[in-house]
Amino acid sequence: MSVNTISKGDNIVIIKYNAGNIQSVLYALERIGINAVVTDNHEAIKAADKVIFPGVGEASSAMNSLKENNLDSLIKELKQPVLGICVGMQLLCDYSEENNTPCLGIIHQPVKRFNPLENNSTEKVPQIGWNTIFSLKSPLMKGLEENCYCYFVHSYYVPINEYTIATTNYVQLYSAAFHKDNFYGVQFHAEKSSVVGEKILKNFIEF
Amino acid sequence: MKDDKISPGVTSIPTMSEGQTIGLAKRIIPCLDIRDGRTVKGVNFENIRDAGDPVELGALYAEQGADELVFLDITATVEKRKTLSELVNRIARHINIPFTVGGGVSSVDDASVLLKNGADKVSINTAAYKNPQLINDLAKEFGSQFVVLAIDTRMEDDGEWYVYLSGGRVKTETKCLDWAKQAVELGAGEILLTSMNHDGTKQGFALDITRQLSETLPVPIIASGGGGTKSHFVDVFTQGKADAALAASIFHFKEISIPDLKGYLKENNIHVRI
Repeated sequence: MSVNTISKGDNIVIIKYNAGNIQSVLYALERIGINAVVTDNHEAIKAADKVIFPGVGEASSAMNSLKENNLDSLIKELKQPVLGICVGMQLLCDYSEENNTPCLGIIHQPVKRFNPLENNSTEKVPQIGWNTIFSLKSPLMKGLEENCYCYFVHSYYVPINEYTIATTNYVQLYSAAFHKDNFYGVQFHAEKSSVVGEKILKNFIEF
Repeated sequence: MKDDKISPGVTSIPTMSEGQTIGLAKRIIPCLDIRDGRTVKGVNFENIRDAGDPVELGALYAEQGADELVFLDITATVEKRKTLSELVNRIARHINIPFTVGGGVSSVDDASVLLKNGADKVSINTAAYKNPQLINDLAKEFGSQFVVLAIDTRMEDDGEWYVYLSGGRVKTETKCLDWAKQAVELGAGEILLTSMNHDGTKQGFALDITRQLSETLPVPIIASGGGGTKSHFVDVFTQGKADAALAASIFHFKEISIPDLKGYLKENNIHVRI
C-alpha cells in the first residue's frame, strides 16, 4: 500500500466487463493511493464499500457484456455508493439512443445523441477534449471550482434533470454528472481529468 | 468576442449567451519521440532528473498544462512491442491526462496490447493507408475515439496536397483530403495532420489544408508541423480552425513554455484550459 493511502480502510471494487478503460481507472486510483480490485465476482462486488462502474465503448455491447454475467441485476440492487463513468453513467439511465439500448433504469432519463443541426450548432460529434463543468452540487463536487475543466469523449449525453449535479455546455446544456440515492455518474473521464478528476475520485472514496 | 474572462473561483452560473469560454477548449499537445523506451531529440530541462525518460517528461508537461500527450515510437527492433507496451504501462500509471501512442501499430492485436496497458488512443499512419480495413476493425473493436489517423502530407508544385507514407519517404498519388474523408468514413475519430512543407521550419502551421480538413470533416483535426511562435498557434486555431495543435522541439527546448503559450492564447481570445 502506498504511504498516502486515504485513511479509510475502504474496499473499492471496479466492475470488470468489456469496458475499455478499466486499467486507466485502476491506475488513477493508484495515483491517489487507493488499491482497488477489478472483479466481476458478485460476492466481492456486493461486499465492497464503494463500487466504480467504468465505461468506454458502445452501449448495447456494454449492456450485453453486463447481462452475460448477470451484472445488470446486481448493479441495480447495490446499496453502497456506486460511481458510473462515461458509458457507465449512461447505462444507469433508462435507455440509450445508441442502438436503442434498454439500460439499467436507475435514473429515469434517456441517453440522447448530440444533434448539432437541431441546435444550430457547428460542434463536431463526438465531443473530444476538455470542457468546463458548472452549477456544481453534491459532495462529489466538494472543493471544486465552478468552470473547472474535465476531459470528455462522447457522442451521447444525459439531459439536465432533477438529479443533475454538474452541467456542461456542448451543442446544448446537459448533465456532466448526476446523483440519485447511492448512484453517482460522471460523463467525463475522471480518471483522465488531471487534478480535477483526482479530486472527484477522492471525494467519492471519502464518502 | 466580448470580454468574457471567467477566472477560476468565480462562481456565477454561466449561461449559453456568455459565449466562448464555455465549450470545448483548444488543445495543446506535446509530442515525444521514443526509441527503445527513451525520449529522443534532445530535451533541455533542468528541473527533471532524466530528460530521456518519456514518463518523467510527459508528467512534467501534464503538470504544466498540456491537454494530451502523443508518444511516437520510432524503435525499429523486434523487441519493440514488448518495450513499447511496458512503456505505455508506465505512462498510464503516472500521467493523469489522456495520451496517444503511435508507431508500428498495424493490427488489432497491436492496438489491443496498447489499450490493455492503458493507452487512450492509438495513432496509425502507413499501415492504415496500406490496409484501410484496419481503421474499420479498430473502430469496431475499440470505438472511433481510440483511432487517430495520422497523415503526413506535402503540397506539390501543382498546388495539391498529397499523402506521404513511411515517415515521409514514400509519395502516393492520393490527395490528402480524399484519404482523410475515406478514413473518417471508415471510423477514424481524429486526424493528426502533419504538413511536411512546414514541419521543422518554425514558420507556422499549414493553415489552408488544416482549415480545409477541419471544415469538411466531422472529426477533430490536430495540426502538426511548423509551430515556432506563440502567434502561429493563434493562427492555427483561428485561421486554420484546428481543434488541437501539436508540437515537439519548441517545448523540449523550452523555446515556448506551455503556461506561457496558453496565457498568450487566452489573451487572444482562444479558449484554452488554464
